[in-house]
Amino acid sequence: MKKLLNSSLEWVDDRFPLVKMWDDHLGKYYAPKNFNWWYYFGSIALLVLVIQILTGIFLTMNYKPSSQEAFASVEYIVRDVEWGWLMRYMHSTGASFFFIAVYLHMFRGLMYGSYRKPRELVWLIGMAIYFALMAEAFMGYLLPWGQMSYWGAQVIISLFGAIPYIGDAITLWIRGDYVIGDTTLNRFFALHVIALPMVLLGLVVMHVLALHDKHVGSCNPDGIEIKKHKDPKTGIPLDGIPFHPYYTVKDIMGYGWFLIIFCLVMFYFPDMFGYFLEANNFIPADPMTTPAHIAPVWYFTPFYAILRAIPDKLSGVIAMGASVGIFALLPWLDRSPVKSIRYKGPMFRIALTLFIISFISLGILGVLPAEGLYVTLARIFTVIYFGFFLLMPIYSTLDKTKPEPERVTM
Amino acid sequence: MKRILFCLLLLPMFAFASGGGPELQKSLNDVRNKASLQNGAKIFVNYCIGCHSMKYSRFERVGVDLGIPEDLLKRDIMFTAEKPGELMLTPMTAASGQKWFGKAIPDLSVVARSRGTDWLYTYFMTFYADPTRPWGVNNLAFKDVGMPHVLWELQGAQKPVYHEEHGHKVLVGVEPADEAAKAKTEGYRRAVTDLVNFLDYVGEPAKVVRWDLGWKVILYLFIFTFFAYLMKRAFWAELH
Repeated sequence: MKKLLNSSLEWVDDRFPLVKMWDDHLGKYYAPKNFNWWYYFGSIALLVLVIQILTGIFLTMNYKPSSQEAFASVEYIVRDVEWGWLMRYMHSTGASFFFIAVYLHMFRGLMYGSYRKPRELVWLIGMAIYFALMAEAFMGYLLPWGQMSYWGAQVIISLFGAIPYIGDAITLWIRGDYVIGDTTLNRFFALHVIALPMVLLGLVVMHVLALHDKHVGSCNPDGIEIKKHKDPKTGIPLDGIPFHPYYTVKDIMGYGWFLIIFCLVMFYFPDMFGYFLEANNFIPADPMTTPAHIAPVWYFTPFYAILRAIPDKLSGVIAMGASVGIFALLPWLDRSPVKSIRYKGPMFRIALTLFIISFISLGILGVLPAEGLYVTLARIFTVIYFGFFLLMPIYSTLDKTKPEPERVTM
Repeated sequence: MKRILFCLLLLPMFAFASGGGPELQKSLNDVRNKASLQNGAKIFVNYCIGCHSMKYSRFERVGVDLGIPEDLLKRDIMFTAEKPGELMLTPMTAASGQKWFGKAIPDLSVVARSRGTDWLYTYFMTFYADPTRPWGVNNLAFKDVGMPHVLWELQGAQKPVYHEEHGHKVLVGVEPADEAAKAKTEGYRRAVTDLVNFLDYVGEPAKVVRWDLGWKVILYLFIFTFFAYLMKRAFWAELH
């Protein structure tokens, strides 16, 4: 039996670089041995991507992308389709957990300086994944064709109208109609189930390839390069361990913990008190009735709060775009001699803490109506949010850092 | 230091407690209580389905989930359908609804998910006599509602209760208008709880299914994770 398997493998390997691929990315990919639990979220994001694609395939089998039938077809899925409710909740819960995983993955990058040289492209490709994911989530949210789907899309698409001269033409081009309608739903469906998933998958492959490049490799909580100290004979980093089996078994355990939390939400709090599935979205889309209060889903609310904090529409749209895009500049904004928060000084720690407080607060403010004190608070937090990035070249240079260790610490 | 930072991170969560809207009474319905659901279904088909559809729900599914045998389902529940597999539609046409009530009459399949059970309960409990309205009633939870108080005969007449605040009369609640209505209070409360229960169930028929399945899946995942932990420990033991 073993002989047969070996000869089959040889046969394949003569025709396809199977062993090479395995070795490059798993068997002989040497990752630092000191990953902590923050390093689970990359593989968890990959797991959620798989969950979304699989459940999405099953949802597509019964979903009808038509303004007349969409809402009813979703109710049909959760009522009459065998296990349809499970597919739907897995997909809707998965959407939120995708962002939770990605935000924590990005925060990990912020803490340990994973975006710094030589990983600028890993970070930039990651940002592209994040943009694609936002587009994917936004278009997916229109599909249930509830009131929030409709009016959320209406608000976001109308933002393009703020662009001078060509704004109205662009919004018309995106919608394919003068209002959001059947045409919009059809094209969003096409983009959501075919175009963007393909882009996402391609980008995820690039993200991993860029990370696994022989000049790059994974960062770690110490923010030092394990490739500086290699075994002179084998050329293997002394602090590196093969991804498989060490990190595969560790990530499987991470998957276990993640799935426990995921299932707890999916089975017992699929609405998440109106934050994952909004109550208003159980009212079919009605172009004649605007809901009193329109708020995007939680993962967009920090940026939505920034949009509303600025009185002028065009400036607001620019600020919102900048608040998402500015992450891409991090590799060049950070001038600190060290990468990891472990060896950075108090200035960076305070800045990062203030940034996280601002991000969460803006997220909460984005759900609340934009009035009175809330607007003032949103403006303060917007300033802090941008301050974290724009002042980084200054405080990261002035900050008192600690010396990095030569080798990783466990 | 780390702990202080962590607490600081949590601060914004407490900083903005939100409020607003009418004060809702708590609905104590239980979708596991089949007797209550059956009674709720009975109230729905006797009082509501004449105008309101549940167009995503099928009689058959209701019969199976609520434990109503097919012959009883046909006799007591299916007033508006021939075959059990049919959807729970109303004989009221959209045009008639528009003509008589000035508004398209909403479908109630997922009303418990859009309004919430507490709101529904409060809504049914707070109709009160208001001679200025076309149907002679108004509602605390739904001001100037277009619907008549269909369950009137179960509740009896209710009158508004006002409080004086800064020289203004403020509507604060409702109370039975006479002794007959007072005597009906408990029975009505139960009837409304059952009706809200039924609306809650129809809003998401799979709710009990997921409750019953969820803990088994999670239990399995704990066992899986435990073994995954042992495996991880065994492999990593070689490293140190």
